[in-house]
Amino acid sequence: MLTKRIIACLDVRDGRVVKGIQFLDIIDAGDPAELAHRHAALGADEIVLLDITATHEGRGTLLETVKRAASQLFIPFTVGGGIRSAADAEAVFTAGADKVSINSSAIARPELIGEIGASFGAQAVIVAIDARRATTGNAITDAEVYVSGGRKPTGRKVIDWAREAEDRGAGEILLTSMDSDGTRSGFDNELTAAVSSAVQIPVIASGGAGNAQHFADVFKAGRADAALAASIFHFGVTSSLALKEELAAQGIPMRLPC
Amino acid sequence: MIEVIDYKAGNLTSVVKALNFLGAETHVTQSPDDVRNATKIVLPGVGHFRATQLLHDLQLTAATREAIANGVPFLGICVGLQWLYDGSTEADTTDGLGHFNSTVERFPTHFQEAGLKSPHVGWNSLEAIREDSRLLRGIAPGSFVYYTHSWRAPVSADTAAATEYGGSFTAAVERNNVMGVQFHPEKSGETGLQILRNFLEL
Repeated sequence: MLTKRIIACLDVRDGRVVKGIQFLDIIDAGDPAELAHRHAALGADEIVLLDITATHEGRGTLLETVKRAASQLFIPFTVGGGIRSAADAEAVFTAGADKVSINSSAIARPELIGEIGASFGAQAVIVAIDARRATTGNAITDAEVYVSGGRKPTGRKVIDWAREAEDRGAGEILLTSMDSDGTRSGFDNELTAAVSSAVQIPVIASGGAGNAQHFADVFKAGRADAALAASIFHFGVTSSLALKEELAAQGIPMRLPC
Repeated sequence: MIEVIDYKAGNLTSVVKALNFLGAETHVTQSPDDVRNATKIVLPGVGHFRATQLLHDLQLTAATREAIANGVPFLGICVGLQWLYDGSTEADTTDGLGHFNSTVERFPTHFQEAGLKSPHVGWNSLEAIREDSRLLRGIAPGSFVYYTHSWRAPVSADTAAATEYGGSFTAAVERNNVMGVQFHPEKSGETGLQILRNFLEL
C-alpha cells in the first residue's frame, strides 16, 4: 500500500539550517548535511533543503552544501531556493538533488516548469506555492499566491496556479500555508484539501506542524499525500520514526520499519 | 567494467552515486562497444518512454541484446525496466527490447473513486517476492521502495515482485541475467541498497 510521506525540511541560510517562525525569528539549528543524514536515519521518507534567503537576496543555491548532503543520502532529496533557470536546476541535479522546488521563478516565468521537466522529467519538478487565505471573498477558493519568501502578493489564486503548474508539467505541489507557518497550531487542512482535490499530482502540505495529530488531520481531512515539517524535529521534540509510529496506530499507512 | 548507459533520460547522478557508495566502479557510456564488453549493464532512466529511441539510434539495442545473450547481468531501472518489454503506450512508435512480451500501460488517469492519484509517487511495498529471485535475495515481503511513475508493466511469470496500486503491477522482473525494477533502488534507503548490492554480487 502506498504510504503517506513524512518529509523533513531543512531551511538553510548561509550554509546553516535555520527555521523561521512566521519567516522572521530565525534560530541556528545546525549543519545541513549532518541533519539530513540524521533525519534519514530517524525515519524521514524524504529530505527537502530550502535555501530560504536565495530569492530576495539574490544568492544562488549552495551547491557545496547540496553535494555534501547528497553524498550519502539514499532517499529522495529536493533542493529549492534561487533556481531561476533550467541551467540553475541542472547544477543542483548534478550536485546530487533528485528534485528541485521552484516558487517565485515559476510565477515569474511559468515556462520554466516545462523546461526543467523536458530534461529531467516531470517527477523532478516541484512547484512550491506560498498561500494565504483570502480576507475578502471565499477564504479558500480566493486564497492568494505569495512570492519572495511570503513578502509579495501576486494577485493569483492558489487553486488556479496549482492547476496551471500541473498542466505545465509539475510533478508535485508543495503547498505552504503562510497563515499557519511557524505557529505549530496545525496545517491548513481546508486549503490543502481544496488544492489536493483540484490536481492529480501529489500535494505536500507545509506550515503549522506542531504535533502528531496535526499530521493525522492533514492526511485525512487535508487529503495531503505528504507532509513537511522542520522545527518540530530539530530540537528533539520528536523524530520521524516516533511520529510515524503514532500515525500508523491511527491507521494511516506509513513506511515502517524504515 | 559496470557500464551505466546514458540516453539522456533524466539524471544519472543518483544511480552512479549509489553504485559507487557500494564500492562498484562504474563507467557512463553511449558506446555500443562498451556495452558489448561490459561485465554488468545498468540502464537507469526516468521520464518519457520515447527517450529510449536514442538507444536504437546509437546502436545500443543490438549491443545490449548481444551482451545479455552472453550472460552479462543487466539491470533496468524505471523506464529502464519498461524498455525490456515490447513497448509502451506512452510512445507507440518506439519499440522496446522485447525481452519480455508485454506492453507497458498507463495507470487509469481517473481512479479517484479509489482515492488514488496518478502518477504513483512515494513509498510502496514489495509483495509476492519470488523465492528464486537473485536480485531480491534477503528482501522481506512488505519492504518499502520509492516509486515515481505513471506507466507500469503487467504481472507475468517473469515478475519477481509485485506492488499493489489500484491492482498489481510488476515491481521487479527477472529472468536469468536480465532484471528490472520499476522503483528507484538508489532512492529506497537500505532496502534499495541491498537490492543494488545483490546485483553487484551476481
